Amino acid sequence: MHPAFSVIFLTTLIGAAQGLFLALFTAQSYAAFKLLPQPDAHGFYGQGSLLALALLVAGLVASFFHLGHPERAWRSAAMWRTSWLSREVIVLPAFMGVVFLYGLAHWLEWHPVLMTLPGGLPVDPTAILGVAGTVLAFALFICTGMIYACLKFLAEWHSPLTVINYVLLGGASGFTLAAAFAAATAPELVSFLAGWAAIITVLGLIGRIASLYRNARLKPKSTLQTAIGIKHPRIVQKTQGFMGGSFNTREFFHGRPVAVLRGVKWFFLLAAFPVPLLLLLAGMQDGMAALVAAFVVQYAGLLAERWFFFAQANHPQNLYYQSIS
Amino acid sequence: MTQLALVIDLNVCVGCQACVTSCKEWNTSGSAGPMGDQNPYGADPTGTFFNRVQTFEVGEFPTTETVHFPKSCLHCEDPPCVPVCPTGASYKRKEDGIVLVNYDKCIGCKYCSWACPYGARELDEQQQVMKKCTLCVDRIYDMTMAEADRKPSCVKACPTSARLFGDVHDPESAVSVAIRESGGYALMPEWGTHPANHYLPRRKTRIKIHEDELERADNPLKVDRQLPKPAMDEPTLDDVTTW
Amino acid sequence: MQAATASLPPVQEVKNTTCYMCACRCGIRVHLRDGVVRYIDGNPDHPLNKGVICAKGSSGIMKQYSPARLLKPLKRKAGAERGAGEFEEIEWDEAFATLAERLGKIRATDPKKFALFTGRDQMQALTGMFARQFGTPNYAAHGGFCSVNMAAGMIYTIGGSFWEFGGPDLDRAKLFVMIGTAEDHHSNPMKIALSKFKRDGGRFISINPVRTGYSAIADEWVPIRPGTDGALLLAIIHEIIATGLYDRDFLVQYSNAGQLINADETNDEFGFFVRTEVPTEEACYEPQDKLWWDRTTDRPVVTHKPGADPYLLGEFKLSDGTPVKPAFQLLQERVKDYTPDWASQITGIPADVIRRLAHEMGVTARDQKIELPIAWTDSWGNEHDTVTGNPVAFHAMRGLAAHSNGFQTIRAMAILMSLLGTIDRPGGFRHKAPFPRPIPPCARTPNDPRAVQPNRPLDGMALGWPSDPDDLFVNDDGSPVRIDKAFSWEYPLSVHGLMHNAITNAWRGDPYRIDTLLIFMANMAWNSTMNAVEVRKMLNDKDESGEYKIPFLVVCDAFHSEMTAFADLILPDTTYLERHDVMSMLDRPISEFDGPVDSVRIPVVPVSGDCKPFQEVLIELGTRLKLPAFVTKEGARKFRDYPDFVVNWESEPGSGIGFLAGWRGKGGEKSLRGEPNPNQWEMYKKNNCVFHYELPKSYQYMRNWNKGYLEWSQRNRITRYAEPILIHIYSEVLQRFRSAAQGKGLTRKPPEHLKKRIDTYFDPLPFYYDTLEALATDKQKYPLAAVTQRPMAMYHSWDSQNAWLRQIHTHNYLFVNALTARQQGIDDGDWIWVESQWGKVKCMARHSEAVEPGTVWTWNAIGKAAGAWNLTPDANESQKGFLLNHLISEELPEAGRRISNSDPITGQAAWYDVRVRIYKVGAGETAITSPQFETMKPYPGMKTRSAILAFLGVKPK
Ligand SMILES: Nc1nc2c(c(=O)[nH]1)N[C@H]1C(S)=C(S)[C@@H](COP(=O)(O)OP(=O)(O)OC[C@H]3O[C@@H](n4cnc5c(=O)[nH]c(N)nc54)[C@H](O)[C@@H]3O)O[C@H]1N2
Ligand SMILES: Nc1nc2c(c(=O)[nH]1)N[C@H]1C(S)=C(S)[C@@H](COP(=O)(O)OP(=O)(O)OC[C@H]3O[C@@H](n4cnc5c(=O)[nH]c(N)nc54)[C@H](O)[C@@H]3O)O[C@H]1N2
Ligand code: SF4
Ligand code: SF4
Ligand code: SF4
Ligand code: SF4
Ligand code: SF4
Ligand SMILES: [Mo]
Repeated sequence: MHPAFSVIFLTTLIGAAQGLFLALFTAQSYAAFKLLPQPDAHGFYGQGSLLALALLVAGLVASFFHLGHPERAWRSAAMWRTSWLSREVIVLPAFMGVVFLYGLAHWLEWHPVLMTLPGGLPVDPTAILGVAGTVLAFALFICTGMIYACLKFLAEWHSPLTVINYVLLGGASGFTLAAAFAAATAPELVSFLAGWAAIITVLGLIGRIASLYRNARLKPKSTLQTAIGIKHPRIVQKTQGFMGGSFNTREFFHGRPVAVLRGVKWFFLLAAFPVPLLLLLAGMQDGMAALVAAFVVQYAGLLAERWFFFAQANHPQNLYYQSIS
Repeated sequence: MTQLALVIDLNVCVGCQACVTSCKEWNTSGSAGPMGDQNPYGADPTGTFFNRVQTFEVGEFPTTETVHFPKSCLHCEDPPCVPVCPTGASYKRKEDGIVLVNYDKCIGCKYCSWACPYGARELDEQQQVMKKCTLCVDRIYDMTMAEADRKPSCVKACPTSARLFGDVHDPESAVSVAIRESGGYALMPEWGTHPANHYLPRRKTRIKIHEDELERADNPLKVDRQLPKPAMDEPTLDDVTTW
Repeated sequence: MQAATASLPPVQEVKNTTCYMCACRCGIRVHLRDGVVRYIDGNPDHPLNKGVICAKGSSGIMKQYSPARLLKPLKRKAGAERGAGEFEEIEWDEAFATLAERLGKIRATDPKKFALFTGRDQMQALTGMFARQFGTPNYAAHGGFCSVNMAAGMIYTIGGSFWEFGGPDLDRAKLFVMIGTAEDHHSNPMKIALSKFKRDGGRFISINPVRTGYSAIADEWVPIRPGTDGALLLAIIHEIIATGLYDRDFLVQYSNAGQLINADETNDEFGFFVRTEVPTEEACYEPQDKLWWDRTTDRPVVTHKPGADPYLLGEFKLSDGTPVKPAFQLLQERVKDYTPDWASQITGIPADVIRRLAHEMGVTARDQKIELPIAWTDSWGNEHDTVTGNPVAFHAMRGLAAHSNGFQTIRAMAILMSLLGTIDRPGGFRHKAPFPRPIPPCARTPNDPRAVQPNRPLDGMALGWPSDPDDLFVNDDGSPVRIDKAFSWEYPLSVHGLMHNAITNAWRGDPYRIDTLLIFMANMAWNSTMNAVEVRKMLNDKDESGEYKIPFLVVCDAFHSEMTAFADLILPDTTYLERHDVMSMLDRPISEFDGPVDSVRIPVVPVSGDCKPFQEVLIELGTRLKLPAFVTKEGARKFRDYPDFVVNWESEPGSGIGFLAGWRGKGGEKSLRGEPNPNQWEMYKKNNCVFHYELPKSYQYMRNWNKGYLEWSQRNRITRYAEPILIHIYSEVLQRFRSAAQGKGLTRKPPEHLKKRIDTYFDPLPFYYDTLEALATDKQKYPLAAVTQRPMAMYHSWDSQNAWLRQIHTHNYLFVNALTARQQGIDDGDWIWVESQWGKVKCMARHSEAVEPGTVWTWNAIGKAAGAWNLTPDANESQKGFLLNHLISEELPEAGRRISNSDPITGQAAWYDVRVRIYKVGAGETAITSPQFETMKPYPGMKTRSAILAFLGVKPK
């Protein structure tokens, strides 16, 4: 597939935002159980939510560049019964709304006790919004992942690993960002967040390697034989029927040499995982700079990862568009 | 229920591309148009077409088969392009099974094209909406046209009548008969899309000549004394034995 | 689309006319909305295409509104160099005045100095007549560089031919053998017939070095080395005769197979038929004065004597001791050594395949006979209850024709078809009116240079059909009269001229210099010239005095073609949708097997810009020059315009023969012949622009010898005589030339240096020889044969300006058998050099399994000069596309002289003889085609090209 930058940014930005939100609420939950010190809610949760929201908005803006008719984007909520894209389109703003409210509640330090859990734990609006946000964040991960995973022709994507990786990679980058952010606003949480970031990064690496491993072993289901319905071992296309290119030759081909693909793969395998991991570990000791670097490097790695995710996917339609003459 | 479709006979398709340009010609100024062209007079011209004719070489010299292969939207019975569409712009009509795009609803997200394994959809660069073969829905029901004209433009154009059009659900229709009797098949059956369009394979006619057909009693060479009887004085069995 | 069934406002108008996106001439319906062409489809009521249309026809809109159209008359700017593309707009008045003055002077002094050459047009009736009226012998159309070998080879053998004159009856055939055909003029009809044929279970064999297009759907592909079909066909004939699979009765009755030939080598009459008497009158038919050796009486008898049955084989002695042999005996002797094993070495086709092909043909022809219950009477008065068909049909075109051995190859094919008994019979070859014609047809050129006189029409036709050396159009010393040397001893039967040598000859002044060259609808600075690189230089070359060697060049074209750049004056033609045209019986009509058909074009949109139909130009010029056909005795204008001319012109006053055969007579009540009908156009318009005359069934077959048909044809002045047209298994016409070359007889004799050439090639029986180019080439060094094919979606060079068609063929590759390529280290898609001994081009290679390993090929005329056709200078056509013509020389060295690279008999351009080698470009060589030419600029008056195209008039939402 041709990696579209709009979609690369969309998925990586909102992934980081979802991860960040999950990190915030994880911290809040731990703090609620007194497993963590209570940070400055105003700064950490409030501004943190704002940061998440900013990423979400940026992602949304990027996504508009993908559309031929952004002014009609509202229509895309219509088919939620069947379309994962439609579902994403619904979940994303819902999530944004919740993040907004979550941040706002923290910002306004609005903590009326709405009820008390059996263990005596008070439940305030931030907790409810946090739970709702968590559900939506996962829903959004699933929607985004399923947009790709549900396309059965795209074997590279058609796997639970796609969804898992969306969750893990978004989570990793979000937790890394949260750690870096905490360095500035809630230093007491840095180790906790960086620790989790490291764990999720490792899981992400495992997930991603699993999918690379799987994809390297895929045998295309469709072949030229099934594509044109002729049973002969040697079929070669001589002409696709036009020479100057078309939507089908632009949208579904990355057009880069194999070497570039390999380069990008190694880059993201390093930049998205071990390098940030080391930086995270370093950041637990001496703070901010390393953590910011960890996020920047990891995010760059994830951009590359996403580029590769698209580029590696080989669409069966490509069987029909192989040669000109 | 009706399912309209094309059946394409690879046995007679000579790859002339008539179906390609007649489709463009009808549709670009029809209700599915315009079908824009970029760089029409420059480097790498490109444009929207609903139908393409491709060529494949099968086998190795000298037993090569050259196969011309026209392809447009196959109007799948289970069209994967439809459920993924977030806006409902892509839809399959109940009444005749035609898969269409409503340009006014389409946001140009291209998702449906990702969901079509056949590469049958093209985003129009100018209009930025998804387009594809409509089975000439604006011809086939147009009662102002003569009945003979109420078929897709490509079908009408095709000089070898390699393109048949009709209802594949009606077992008596010409298309169903052709599929049944001439080995009609679907593309990429592995995906369960159940394309309504079918293809008919190559068929070969051979002649069998028996040895004796080359030596017949009425061979004209005899008339001209060119298949002579043996000379009387050549040896025969009579010379060597008795019974 | 809006809602699924929403449709735009109904199309406002539908107008019928005839397509001219190619020479096939299908009937079309042009749908207009607000006067703009919106859709063009096939006319279901048209006999040719029956409603279908092709890729080109469907893209007519993009031709009509192309930015490459010339919209103003242009003249070369004063002081600008020719070829620099500097033009200024002028008005038609100035154009006419310039032309009338210049041509007037030429006509008054030496009309030869005006040459008119026309390309793939369909109005030779008018252009030929104009040239003749002008008085110049220097007129020809595309035939010489196209397929004259096909026309001549078959017409000199069976009195009709493939091309527009006849074709395979696939309705009834059981076996169809297509040789060397890619697309052809019978484009849609062939496709219709082919698919029907296949569906009806017919067997289709294609003999071609390449398997694409039609060959793709063949039941069997027989890959052959280019230029070797003669060997294959002769070997098949060998096998057919050896196994007795020929139709003896057919040959006896309808060919000269049984006629006796003088076999006394010492005799002046050696090689000629023995005759009962010396013919008294010089008429254009063959008198039936030849002899058979009768089997029953064992004596010579006059042919077709009732009850007589000749020997086809044997050797006999006439009473005066002259040894004689039937023609068929000579044929058998000729093919004796042409065994399948011999041919296998040459053609690359296994010998058992050759044998099998022969058997399939012979057995199908013999055992699957068709008897149609159609009674007819033959020329000898015998009545037949049925028409018999031997259902083996052939079709062949330029794969045979475009070789310098093509004429003899095609004779071999026509003879094979005759041996199988398939001439003008169901399931075989069928004629189309106005064929069959006598062998050769009666039109003759003058045979004397004095036929060219100031201010006088040419005394004879500029093109004709020589029957003996005395028919040649040569000076007293045997040198050519025509600029292209047609009808000279170099190419005696060049019945369509040799346009491909006109520029070179005029430039060299050999045989003489000319003044004005008018080129109509031919891109002779590009795809219809060989050696395009040098020819382009010749067009610009000046002599010592600074005068252009070809002083004045006029080009009538509709588009910004490569040729127009060299014009001193450009006349912008209309498109086919803007003009009246006739596809006349006097040219090449669209006749069907069942009878004559002619057709017209009627404008469906107004003329664009300042365009003018060339027909109108000729009529205006003819009037201004006071050519007798165009003015009254007093010198006043006779015809208002072209439509008026078409209606009112008659070949002679009162002849009743005009351009159109339909609805003649005052009220349109007459067909074929009759007084002018003022409403003739209206009647064509009402009838789908066609006139179809269906012959009675009994006249539809066996027309060479069908008394009823021949007399009908004579009554309608299609032919002068109604004598039977016997098939020339043995060609006495060729023998006459050979005999002259041997110094025998009373006719003119060839000049010394051409004697051997004539003696060799004018063999009265077909023989195989390697092409002239191959003979002049080191085949070790240039091991590959290079040919082109027509793409179905492009017409020659016309369609690169067509926004839709050029997306299908934007540039071209050289197709190389994968094995051959790999041996050279050439990968799929590599840039390579293709080199012949005459030149080299750089292009990209494409591996293919569908090409014979010793052949490379490419699509014809996709490559363009930069900027031409109003494409951007970086368009793929000029950067990646290439023209094979750069590798082909228009001349070959022969015995220290230059001679045209053509068939030595007909002057047919030998496009497909060229031999090449291929190799990868060096490291660092640019990925751009070579040679490159100076970029052509757009001319004044042309539209600017748009960067995007939605539909005209309809704006994208
Ligand atoms: N679409 C389209 N149609 C056209 C034209 C066009 O430009 N485009 N041009 C028109 C014109 S002017 C003409 S003359 C006709 C010509 O019509 P064709 O004669 O069909 O045209 P070519 O493309 O020259 O085809 C020659 C074929 O002969 C094969 N060939 C070459 N050498 C040999 C050989 O030695 N032996 C054999 N057996 N085969 C050989 C080539 O591979 C090719 O398939 O087409 C007409 N129709
Ligand atoms: N290498 C190679 N060369 C070949 C051949 C080949 O097979 N291989 N084939 C040969 C054959 S068979 C032929 S017939 C020739 C054809 O050669 P040409 O007759 O020279 O070829 P065309 O490209 O048809 O170009 C004719 C010109 O007509 C112009 N034209 C188009 N429509 C109109 C119109 O309505 N009015 C006027 N006035 N002009 C118009 C076009 O712009 C173009 O410049 O090419 C020959 N050249
Ligand atoms: S061919 Fe593609 S676009 Fe057409 S219905 Fe099937 S999946 Fe959809
Ligand atoms: S591009 Fe248009 S039709 Fe396709 S999925 Fe998106 S909205 Fe639906
Ligand atoms: S049915 Fe109509 S829209 Fe579809 S390919 Fe044919 S002409 Fe084009
Ligand atoms: S029009 Fe018919 S013969 Fe021509 S390419 Fe299309 S399907 Fe094949
Ligand atoms: S075959 Fe030629 S005349 Fe017929 S529709 Fe096509 S371009 Fe027109
Ligand atoms: Mo031609």
